[in-house]
Amino acid sequence: MEKMKIRKNPPKPKFSDPDTGIWSWIVQRGTVASFICISLFALLVRVCVSLHPYSGAGNPPKYGDYEAQRHWMEITINLPVKEWYRNSTINDLNYWGLDYPPLTAYQSYFHGLILRCFDPKSVSLYTSRGYESYIGKLLMRWTVLSSDALIFFPAVLYFINVYYSGKPIKEKTSVAWHIALILLNPCLILIDHGHFQYNCISLGLTVAAVAAILSDRDVVGSVLFSLALNHKQMSAYFAPAFFSYLLGKCLRQQNPVIEVAKLGLAVLGTFAVVWSPYLYSAEASLEVLSRLAPFERGIYEDYVANFWCTTSILVKWKRLLNMQPLKLLSLTATISACLPSMIQLIWKPKKSSFLYGLLNSALAFYLFSFQVHEKSILLPLLPASFLAMEKPFVLLWLTQNALVSMFPLLTRDKLIIPYIALHGLFILLYHSPGGRQHKKETQSSFGTLRLFLLSCFLVLHVVYLTIAPPRKYPFLFEAVIMLLCFSQFVVIFLYTNTKQWTPSKPSALSTEAKKHL
Amino acid sequence: MNHRKLRHNSTTQNQNEQIPAASIPKTCGNQLYHFLWFSLIATCTKLLLIPAYHSTDFEVHRNWLALTHSLPLSQWYSDETSPWTLDYPPFFAYFEYFLSFFASMLDPTIVHLTDGLNSKSHLTILFQRLSVTLSDAVLFYGIYRITRKLDPKQKYLIWVLAVWAPGLIIVDHLHFQYNGFLLGMLLISLSALENGEDLLGGFAFAVLLCFKHLFAVAAPVYFVYLLRHYCRGGLVKGFGRLVVMGSVVVAVFAAAYGPFVYNGQIHQVLRRMFPFGRGLCHAYWAPNFWVFYIMFDKLLAFLLVKMGFHVKAPTASFTGGLVGDSSPFAVLPTITPLISLVLVLLSISPCLLKAWRDPKPSAVTRLVAYAYSCGFMFGWHVHEKASLHFVIPLAIIALKSVEDAKHYFFLSIVSCYSLFPLLYEAQEYPIKVLLLLLHAALMWFGLSSYFGAYVPKGDERSHSSAVVRNADFVIGWFGKSYLMGIVVVDICGQFLHPVVLGNKLPFLPLMMISIYSGFGMMYSWIWQLKWIIGSI
Repeated sequence: MEKMKIRKNPPKPKFSDPDTGIWSWIVQRGTVASFICISLFALLVRVCVSLHPYSGAGNPPKYGDYEAQRHWMEITINLPVKEWYRNSTINDLNYWGLDYPPLTAYQSYFHGLILRCFDPKSVSLYTSRGYESYIGKLLMRWTVLSSDALIFFPAVLYFINVYYSGKPIKEKTSVAWHIALILLNPCLILIDHGHFQYNCISLGLTVAAVAAILSDRDVVGSVLFSLALNHKQMSAYFAPAFFSYLLGKCLRQQNPVIEVAKLGLAVLGTFAVVWSPYLYSAEASLEVLSRLAPFERGIYEDYVANFWCTTSILVKWKRLLNMQPLKLLSLTATISACLPSMIQLIWKPKKSSFLYGLLNSALAFYLFSFQVHEKSILLPLLPASFLAMEKPFVLLWLTQNALVSMFPLLTRDKLIIPYIALHGLFILLYHSPGGRQHKKETQSSFGTLRLFLLSCFLVLHVVYLTIAPPRKYPFLFEAVIMLLCFSQFVVIFLYTNTKQWTPSKPSALSTEAKKHL
Repeated sequence: MNHRKLRHNSTTQNQNEQIPAASIPKTCGNQLYHFLWFSLIATCTKLLLIPAYHSTDFEVHRNWLALTHSLPLSQWYSDETSPWTLDYPPFFAYFEYFLSFFASMLDPTIVHLTDGLNSKSHLTILFQRLSVTLSDAVLFYGIYRITRKLDPKQKYLIWVLAVWAPGLIIVDHLHFQYNGFLLGMLLISLSALENGEDLLGGFAFAVLLCFKHLFAVAAPVYFVYLLRHYCRGGLVKGFGRLVVMGSVVVAVFAAAYGPFVYNGQIHQVLRRMFPFGRGLCHAYWAPNFWVFYIMFDKLLAFLLVKMGFHVKAPTASFTGGLVGDSSPFAVLPTITPLISLVLVLLSISPCLLKAWRDPKPSAVTRLVAYAYSCGFMFGWHVHEKASLHFVIPLAIIALKSVEDAKHYFFLSIVSCYSLFPLLYEAQEYPIKVLLLLLHAALMWFGLSSYFGAYVPKGDERSHSSAVVRNADFVIGWFGKSYLMGIVVVDICGQFLHPVVLGNKLPFLPLMMISIYSGFGMMYSWIWQLKWIIGSI
């Protein structure tokens, strides 16, 4: 069928613009063809990254996230569901106890079954702690890879189809460019396939939820987002945007109450199904719930480029305030940071501002919420990649800063080579010939500032790797990296918030396309 | 056949006409940027492969770094500290000598003759992998040079085929070898010949021969071609040019071998370079003619035994890997290096005839590629990696006609698949499969939209609905089922074999791969032969 279509409308030769001619042979074949090629390449890159070490490889006694995930598989396949979140002699919660919602536990159970099938030693109860082997690593890596390919990739295809349906696209190459930027996000690949986590599942579910909502399937979207929340509680970073957009939309319907009730039921129903093994008593549910909110780990971890950690250079939050006021303070800060974006969404629930809302609320959470990790920058990055077509520069700048902010973490994981390679790959893809033209952003004054910051980063990288920090300030370089990244995140946060509020032109995309014609 | 070709020529003309003349100069700067983009994408992917599996060739090259660095030139070819002795021609040894300086700066143990043995430190791996990745710049330059005169649409596709060639990544960046820059030199030489710069072409080829003598299979073609194309224009002028070319080649060889002649080492060098003690086939059979010869022998022996004849079982077996002096064949005559050489020369002869009668610059790439396929099909102790010698040059001419494109599509898949046994560990399995799938998908979309588009018939715009159906890029059912068969063979070898047979007959999956790819290689060789005979 697709072939027939192409033959009826032979594409005009595009040699007048050599940049678009470069990919004409593939984009003529439609979105699916480019999606197939790009996703094969994205998978290849993921497999190549997975050759590198994972976090805590050969580093007893606690190892790292790899061991945590393996331990959860061990726990879930050997213990009954009710015991998963309960401290006992067998399930020592101090040793990587489950602290993600039940969907992660089910996923661990499922992957644990696969591991038991091929390498039973790797998930045997208790004796497998710190188990590392060639085949064990491979199997674990392949579970992430298959989750990525089965959840994240189709979700992205869904999103692209929805996002571009009905939009007048004159340059099909840009669609391919957009797909590539979403699928080859270096941070996500490094964390999932290098460091070792399953963010692709919760982020994939979020992508699907966003796509469903953009195509007006609000109930499906709510169910999918609830699933994402149930896989990683961090997905709550997006909750304000989902909540206010859907609320705003419901309020404009004929029967707002019924609409809200419908969505509420969908969410509650999903939660009830996922939590069903723990609903037999309030105590059991609270037990799980308390595992999900690890307040005892402090307001921030390591050197994350958020407000609390950066200002702690001047104000010693941890010493100044107790846990309770700190919690309240961060809650207020987060909510007030989200508020402008939420109000805008409730006031004018438009699809284009929904994507901005996702980015703004995720950034607000990253900057101000309690217990943020470097890896949490993945969440704001996702909506930023949705907006690649409208605000390509935001994506580039956010990705580069996010990468730099994770550099100390990745150095610890011995992932410097993939860090360099993926960073390069991302910049190349961003500037790929035939990709979206981005002329507006390169204003001279801004360009020099950007160049200055980039050279700062380069110097910092070299310094970080080669020079030992002064003994008095062992974390001096981390602090400098954090400071730089934090300032950039704040700038981006302010910029995207104003963008959400300024009334957008009918469609940024179509006007762009007209200009090109 | 001719009719088709004609028609295609007209279509390519059409395509050329479609390019507005004004846009061509503007694109030149962009083209370099585009090409760099393609090569940098490949480079980033190669960087990711640094920690992957590498074969013993890694230690071979490390040892060569050490022995060139720590021994005087006179002992390079006689050192036996490690079993991986130096057996490449002198330029390659100089190349290793050059690299060893950087290696010793990075970590002196890499170039230490005894301490460095089997060194697998991070720095050693990083250095050696990076040296391959950086030396690929020559390959990129070769590709860029040979495609610079093509129109942009062809360029982009050829870059996809050659810059992202999966076979080269498997052999160079996983298995570990330096084929990339050698093939780059071959392409530089070919581009010079295609461009009429015969002296440069001859020089580059002579240099290449002094890097790796396996490339000598094409030497007869070069000789005949240069003799007829460069050394023409009367007896005196022709002889003069012959002298010029001859002295250039001799100078190159003198630069390479001179120091060893001076040190009285030349015999040792030659003995190392031509170890005829090795058997007809490599441990893993390259998918060439000899696979069928061996299988035919086995079949005959089996039938004769069934019929009641007494057949003496061969003392040496192919499956063991190493083959000594004794005959491995039960019925058919033993093959000696001489027979293999004669067969190679015999099979090359049509293309020599072609080069003699009609030395056209535009056909030279095809002739050289054909010569390498002959060497691959009938050569002595051929490695499966040798298929790259003709797959990469053929990529350059894959867009000349739809028949070429079909042949290349087929050949590059078969050749890449035949390299699969090089990476036998589970970790690299998804990598090689994804590389092949990605290549096949890109080729399929690229070639079919290049050849599948409708082209309006010149001036007859009124009949624009009745467009000429350009020779479409369609793979017949036979080709399709053969390619699908690859999936079946791989599933059998990888998944069914361990389940059904366990550890018994470990050689069987490899044998299946080489026999199955052998059919494809045979087809490719016959196709090329037919083309050459048809064009004489």
